[in-house]
Amino acid sequence: MKPLDPLRKALRRDRVFDFMMPQVVFSPDLDVSHGPILYLEDVTVSFDGFKALNNLSLYIDDGELRCIIGPNGAGKTTMMDVITGKTRPDSGSVFFGQKIDLLRLSETDIAQGGIGRKFQRPTVFESHTVYENLELSLAADKGVWPTLFASLNQAQKDRIDEILEVIALTEQRHHLAGTLSHGQKQWLEIGMLLAQSPRVLLVDEPVAGMTAQETERTAELLTSLAGKHSVVVVEHDMEFVRSIARKVTVLHEGSVLAEGSMDEVQNDPRVIEVYLGE
Amino acid sequence: MDGIRNHPVLFLLRRMFALLVLCALPLPALAGFDEAVQALNVKSFSKKADAIIALADTGNERVTGILQAMLDSRLFYRKSDRRVVIVEKIDGGYRLTDAATGEALGETGRRAVKKVRINNKLRGLLRNTLARLSLSSKDAEIRHAAAKVMLGNVSAATKPVLTAALAKETESDIRELLETALALSDLGSEDPAMRLRAIEVLDGNLEPEVRNRLNRLLEEEADTELAEVARQAIKNIEFKLKFYSFMETVFFGLSLGSVLLLAAIGLAITFGVMGVINMAHGELIMLGAYTTYMVQLLMPNHIEWSIMVAIPAAFIVSGLFGIAIERGIIRFLYGRPLETLLATFGVSLLLQQLVRTTVSAQNVTVENPAWLSGSLEINAALSLTYNRLYILLFCMLVFFALMLILKKTSLGLQVRAVAQNRAMARAMGIRSKWVDAMTFGLGSGIAGVAGVALSQLTNVGPNMGQAYIIDSFMVVVFGGVGNLWGALVGAMSLGVANKILEPWAGAVLAKILVLVFIILFIQKRPRGLFPQKGRSAEN
Amino acid sequence: MLLGRFYHSDRGGAILLAGLFLLAIVVPVLNLVVPESSPFHLSTYTVTLIGKYLCYALLALALDLIWGYCGILSLGHGAFFALGGYAMGMYLMRQIGDRGVYGNPELPDFMVFLNWQELPWYWLGFDMFWFAMLMVVLVPGLLAFVFGWFSFRSRVTGVYLAIITQALTFALMLAFFRNEMGFGGNNGMTDFKDILGFDLQADSTRVALFLASVVALAVSYVACRFIINSKLGRVIVAIRDAESRTRFVGYQVERFKLWLFVFSAVLAGIAGALYVPQVGIINPSEFAPLNSIELVIWVAVGGRGMLYGAVLGALLVNYAKTYFTAAFPDLWLFALGALFVLVTIFLPKGLVGLWKKRGKEPEP
Repeated sequence: MKPLDPLRKALRRDRVFDFMMPQVVFSPDLDVSHGPILYLEDVTVSFDGFKALNNLSLYIDDGELRCIIGPNGAGKTTMMDVITGKTRPDSGSVFFGQKIDLLRLSETDIAQGGIGRKFQRPTVFESHTVYENLELSLAADKGVWPTLFASLNQAQKDRIDEILEVIALTEQRHHLAGTLSHGQKQWLEIGMLLAQSPRVLLVDEPVAGMTAQETERTAELLTSLAGKHSVVVVEHDMEFVRSIARKVTVLHEGSVLAEGSMDEVQNDPRVIEVYLGE
Repeated sequence: MDGIRNHPVLFLLRRMFALLVLCALPLPALAGFDEAVQALNVKSFSKKADAIIALADTGNERVTGILQAMLDSRLFYRKSDRRVVIVEKIDGGYRLTDAATGEALGETGRRAVKKVRINNKLRGLLRNTLARLSLSSKDAEIRHAAAKVMLGNVSAATKPVLTAALAKETESDIRELLETALALSDLGSEDPAMRLRAIEVLDGNLEPEVRNRLNRLLEEEADTELAEVARQAIKNIEFKLKFYSFMETVFFGLSLGSVLLLAAIGLAITFGVMGVINMAHGELIMLGAYTTYMVQLLMPNHIEWSIMVAIPAAFIVSGLFGIAIERGIIRFLYGRPLETLLATFGVSLLLQQLVRTTVSAQNVTVENPAWLSGSLEINAALSLTYNRLYILLFCMLVFFALMLILKKTSLGLQVRAVAQNRAMARAMGIRSKWVDAMTFGLGSGIAGVAGVALSQLTNVGPNMGQAYIIDSFMVVVFGGVGNLWGALVGAMSLGVANKILEPWAGAVLAKILVLVFIILFIQKRPRGLFPQKGRSAEN
Repeated sequence: MLLGRFYHSDRGGAILLAGLFLLAIVVPVLNLVVPESSPFHLSTYTVTLIGKYLCYALLALALDLIWGYCGILSLGHGAFFALGGYAMGMYLMRQIGDRGVYGNPELPDFMVFLNWQELPWYWLGFDMFWFAMLMVVLVPGLLAFVFGWFSFRSRVTGVYLAIITQALTFALMLAFFRNEMGFGGNNGMTDFKDILGFDLQADSTRVALFLASVVALAVSYVACRFIINSKLGRVIVAIRDAESRTRFVGYQVERFKLWLFVFSAVLAGIAGALYVPQVGIINPSEFAPLNSIELVIWVAVGGRGMLYGAVLGALLVNYAKTYFTAAFPDLWLFALGALFVLVTIFLPKGLVGLWKKRGKEPEP
């Protein structure tokens, strides 16, 4: 690195402080008239010269269930980071619907706007009960003052009960989330995602560390969600992917290697080469 | 007059003279020389003047001593035999030395001798002659100092002296001084062309005398063409002066920066590698300074070299304290950086109080060795003090030594491995606990060394460390955590910024401004100037 | 509903409030009613001392709110305390009027001494009690807002935030030491005469100030408890445990932190304003980083993340400090240093945590 480079970067003239940029407002009805709900075009992210994403272009249709696979370091998690606003790409564009530029929004705005995310490592609020975890996630006015005086109405209580049912944690509703098993935490996190009632769910390795039975239930859950929501699943477990996938995208070295049904992808010679080596 | 009497050249001359007198070397008493000396003792001032010139022409090595004595009113003659003597005042009388031979003549009462009187005209002549003599001295340093004296009292009379000296002179910096002096005397010339040439020579010269003379010239001739040239010359001089005073500020800034770097670099290591802030870091610096003090107490006769002993001693003392802190406290608190911060703050209180009760609550004096005082003169406008210069050099030395340790040794490799990925490093068989202790020891040891350096600059007291913890942390934050180069750039730029802001904002306000700047800077670049990138940095 | 929520699980809080109520009755009676000759008489000095402790307790409560529940370790909370104190000090200074040494009706003594000709603009209005009280709340609140806004939105957390808050209070200390600032420089403000027309030296005024401290602490406690038991409180704990997750759930983490930080700073300011008339002086040393960090240890000793723990810690440590500095002045700093080390290593949940472990009370 040239000695002056960091200085130049610090003083970039094309970027102002974030708080000086105009606010982008989500319109309540998302424009998905052209089909896709998420557009990633020519997205590049590099860390110290290493390109985690390399001109990645990807489209997710409204209501679709999409699986994304790829070897380690293919850029799957980075892609999710870019969509949810955690990482800003060096170049490229990311749109939600036709009009909303996700690159100009904060993580919170994106989450409130309808993109929910489950992390690779399950993260729940460990010192809160299962019930409180869901209460916090529930779609509501999440401003400071409304939150201070908020109390649950009957509809919301019903909704929480419903979700508890779906994720099979009704009995543990008053347990601290920190005491749950690994699989239960995964489900609780999916439940929290549901409580946000998002348009798009980004699910990173949902079945890691689950028993076969739990995996099966998760597969059922995710397929039942598709249609109402768009679901993007990143997963290593091929069995699991096969059991839920309609369309699969293979990432390799930061860009799309192949796309299609599971069978098509599995027989693609390039995919075989990447997965099985030379 | 007094200024001249105390001038180093004259002092030097007197010293030489005294030496001669003490040795009382039996010189070959040249008959001519003796006569020339005795000739000084005449009534008429004009004959005295001739005698002075004649004496100077003999070229004898005792001449300067005699003339100096005459100038200082120490040249007397003995009433009994009218022999010219040099006297030294003692209780109730004088101690006499024969002027011509240097032979000690014993002590006499006040009445036995009489002064060889001189007037102002003679004083001028004496001074000139002395300067001329020292300008032809064999010792370049004496010539240099004499030339500097000449700058201050040029007149028409000095011109031939200077011209003669210039013709013989070989050293370029002395030549330059002589030329300046010549040009100064030409400024007083009747011939406008000559004055013009003189101004051209003086253009951009930094000697304070030059600027004074040019300014005086401007007052005398306000609107001639000459004045215009002089004005331009002064402008050039002032521009140069501004430039050098800026350079001086930068130098002060860099020396402050090197102090900051010394203080911060240990913190940069421990914070970078282990992610913990050691609030007792400042106290480890303080311990280093106290070690210097102790070493000086132990070797009072070798203050000159005490620093050389203190550096390794301080490294060891602070390093051991650091290891003790790590083993005793910090290792129980890994993964809880805020608790580490609190616990180590407790340690800092303990260490301060320890020093207060065992040594003293007051500041102690650490002596500066002679080789650290004085300054390096670059030119008339810029001189760099040795202690700051040495600290700058020392700081660079420590920095690159540390760089070398981290880059080239196996400890360094392990430290870097642990810094990047603790779990992986452990899986590779690195004893991460041992590495932690060693890293902490290294960082703390450097804090101790910083203390040695600081003891030469500031007061050494139990509270001295507190002032540095915030500054050091700012350096680390500004430069980027876990990056030594970042710490270097951060420390130097903060130091220079502080010193540049100081003149127009005051020291306190400058400090506040720098703090505010850093708070704003973190807004824009939360990871500092040289951030670590990649996945690991995200968490 | 509020009270119902309150008594639901907060036994410690209930004990604390009962204790405060008891103090509010017993202390004035022992001081004002019981004659001085009686062994049960409480000297005014002691009343003021307890009042001072209560101000510290309020300050500790403010810190516990952000550190214990939200994980924001502020090492500069003393700054907000001192600012509140200075606002009150300015009011008290104006109340002196022409009774100062120089007898100038407009200018405080130190300004006359420095040859100031007129009152600086930022002193205007401080002769009115309501305005001064407004400033007690506004000045710390505004500083916290600006500082928090900058820090939280650039995601400065953990040790970074801790050190920067320390730098903040350090910078303020340097600034207030300057005479040019117009806050009395080195000496600060003292020699106060009266407040709202009541003589500050009178026993009844002292008792009234003490009662004001009790009320402030009790009301603040209830307010903090209300916040912690609300959904907002749960969001705040969520931020402490998994900040990034909270963001992805859709909360503007920065705004929540900022809101809480400002609220906490305001509480600290109020504590400072109550403190100054009781101790009778305010000077820049209140900004000293050591004060702020000592405050952290009060909370840690009592038990963080439990509001009454902070109160308990503040009372205990300060009692110990009063005792030690009188009996063994050299030992106090050793004791304090050791307290820092021992509490962080052996008592991460403080004294209340120790007690809770036995009682097995559910976490708030």
